[in-house]
Amino acid sequence: MFDPYFDSVAAFIAMGEHGFFVWSAYGLSALLIVTNMLVAVRRQGRVRAEIARQARREGAGGSPKAGTSPNSVESNQ
Amino acid sequence: MWKTLKRWYHQLGSPRYFYRFCEAVLPWLIPVSLALLTLGLIWGLVYAPVERYQGDSYRIIYIHVPASSGALMGYIAMGVAGLVALVWRMKMAEVMLKALAPFGAALAAVSLLTGALWGKPTWGTYWQWDARMTSMLILLFLYLGIMALQSAIRDPRQAARAAALLAVVGVINVVIVKYSVEWLNTLHQGATLKVVGESSIDASMKWPLLISMIGLWLLYAANVLMRARTEVLSRERRSGWVRRLVRDEEA
Repeated sequence: MFDPYFDSVAAFIAMGEHGFFVWSAYGLSALLIVTNMLVAVRRQGRVRAEIARQARREGAGGSPKAGTSPNSVESNQ
Repeated sequence: MWKTLKRWYHQLGSPRYFYRFCEAVLPWLIPVSLALLTLGLIWGLVYAPVERYQGDSYRIIYIHVPASSGALMGYIAMGVAGLVALVWRMKMAEVMLKALAPFGAALAAVSLLTGALWGKPTWGTYWQWDARMTSMLILLFLYLGIMALQSAIRDPRQAARAAALLAVVGVINVVIVKYSVEWLNTLHQGATLKVVGESSIDASMKWPLLISMIGLWLLYAANVLMRARTEVLSRERRSGWVRRLVRDEEA
């Protein structure tokens, strides 16, 4: 069980004549999944930067009253 | 037991607590999911034996089944989040509803693409309008429809209500996907793994499949937490704790 099933790298890539199907299936899957993860990471960075910019702008104009906004912090609803 | 559940509901229902929960969980959830996925896929692609009738094309199973099951479970989770959002108007349920959709849509697309690439050498066709494949295509459209609703309606709370309704109604389609291979005569084969009873797969193939499945599910969970965390920050940007958080990170 813990020996590789394939005799050679060439046999592994060929996948018993099904190489095209197996590798395009895995290639497309990797592309979709990796892209999705990267989009999530980038969106997070963008939102954080946006909030920081906004805070700096308002910090320069006058002191923001922290914790007194109408969007309450702890409520569920 | 009931009390613990109730406390969780209220704590995780609080955006601030949820944010802290994400910060604690993500640093190990991402590496663990990637490690399991890598282990399962290498095991399945390199070490598992070949399938007698399908040859090596069967190795597509190690991504096809995890992606399909992930897409289905993600949709059920969206249905639950949608119900909670509709009935109790819980903010975090709306956030989860939004966070669950994109990766679920990607997994539904992966399921369809890998299924087509597996079908060609095995059945002689990339696509057939049978019950399993058609209902899976509908699942992808439901995911895309929910994402479209969420981005088309400007008010986030109104968008969430529309999306929640579609999510709840669409759960029927998950039942059709699940049982289509048992009730109807389809080209698609029956379930390989069964929770109850004997699986129709040898242990040498079952273990790598289970490991890559759990790995991909955990990666989905990590993706959802990342997206939900971002959504919480964006929605709560006016509140004190988000301002303090950003200020502390700047300093």
